[in-house]
Amino acid sequence: MGLRNILALAVWLAAASASAQETKASALQEEPIAPYEQADANAGAPPLTDPEVLKAFNGREGVDRIVDSMLDLSLADPQIGPIFEPFDQVRLRRTLKEQFCYLLGGGCAYTGRTMQAAHADMGLQTRDLAILITHLRTAMEREGVPFRMQNRLLAVLAPMRRDIVQR
Amino acid sequence: MSVSHWPVFAALLTLCVGGAGHAHAGRPLVLGGKLPLTRGATGIEGAAGAGLATWAIVAGNETEDGIGATAFATRIPLPDYGFTAYGGAVGLFDRVELSYARQDFDTSDTGARLGLGRGFTFGQDIVGAKVRVAGDAVYEQDRWLPQVAVGVQYKSADHADLITALGGDHATGVDFYVAATKIWLAQSLIVNATLRYTEANQFGLLGFGGDKQGGPTPQIETSMAYMVSDRVLIGAEHRTRPNNLRFARERDAYDAFAAYAVTDHVTLVAGYADLGPVATFENQGGAYLSVQIGF
Repeated sequence: MGLRNILALAVWLAAASASAQETKASALQEEPIAPYEQADANAGAPPLTDPEVLKAFNGREGVDRIVDSMLDLSLADPQIGPIFEPFDQVRLRRTLKEQFCYLLGGGCAYTGRTMQAAHADMGLQTRDLAILITHLRTAMEREGVPFRMQNRLLAVLAPMRRDIVQR
Repeated sequence: MSVSHWPVFAALLTLCVGGAGHAHAGRPLVLGGKLPLTRGATGIEGAAGAGLATWAIVAGNETEDGIGATAFATRIPLPDYGFTAYGGAVGLFDRVELSYARQDFDTSDTGARLGLGRGFTFGQDIVGAKVRVAGDAVYEQDRWLPQVAVGVQYKSADHADLITALGGDHATGVDFYVAATKIWLAQSLIVNATLRYTEANQFGLLGFGGDKQGGPTPQIETSMAYMVSDRVLIGAEHRTRPNNLRFARERDAYDAFAAYAVTDHVTLVAGYADLGPVATFENQGGAYLSVQIGF
């Protein structure tokens, strides 16, 4: 193998490794999104003030696990998986974790869009929402959240159906 | 059904058709979509509700995008009688419910003592229509407004001659009701109140109106239930009733129950119902079982 070939191989390897790093980095990066005004009010409801609820959710770490588990179950669901697939998964997980943490009084800032904007033109139906709620129940169950504490969060989320389900 | 009731019934039906037509415009029809237990069980008159009461929820698992249905059977063995009810309901777009129930009240040995003959059975057919007019019991957690429905139940009792002989005015009657159901999720509570305008004796099994009091009176059904899990709830109910017949007094009915959504399609209800005195026999209370299948 001549010097030229070795050089070519070295260049190719360097390029390949750079592109691999790029791929890795983009997996953690969010896709660009049209600018919008950020506000906690976008979360769709005021936060709960009872610290017992967040405690029952095992704090922010628990909330993060619940969101991940709910989304994993939803993506694997043949009925609602296709609804979630086209979206930026990194951003979806981050904003949902922020939203749940904010609503449960965990002191997070919510940086996502309003429920109305985030679900616009998706044509979601009440049944889709009910399936998601079922997965959320399972996720909370796995985290060991007592049933009546699960209901505290669901009571805050339920009215958002008005902005989520297209009429 | 007396002639004077027809305009109200016609207006309700118009509402039904209008509401249904609007509800599914432009969206695909889907099956199911109600959360576990939120379609309720079936009351003894065939409408979605709990044991003795009719609730404001619409039968079946459908949402505003679909059509659902339920079938039910309830058996209440009482000390001196046997009460059986069975039937079904169709729910249209979570807006309209049409229901049918058959009730049989078997007097078994008591029949002989009443002079009716052993195994004599009082019975009635009940055809119902219900329209949800406001609110959503499940999702509108930020509003005080309950889910509200109005309905009619046309009841036709067997043995018209006997009913007249016992002092009843008619063998057929119509109940009108307004029901309000609210789920307080944050408290894990379900509360229902139904105002029923009725002249039914023992739900209609002993006819309508009577020699002590004629004409319909307002009666109240209240239910309260606690959600133990998303598949189990426990509750209690109270139902006031007219007291129209001279030969047999009638008083309020009570029940306590536990409902279990075995699957998304099968709900079992077990409880204890107390109907008070029935046709001169005191303290008619007994454990009951109700099964409901829903789609």
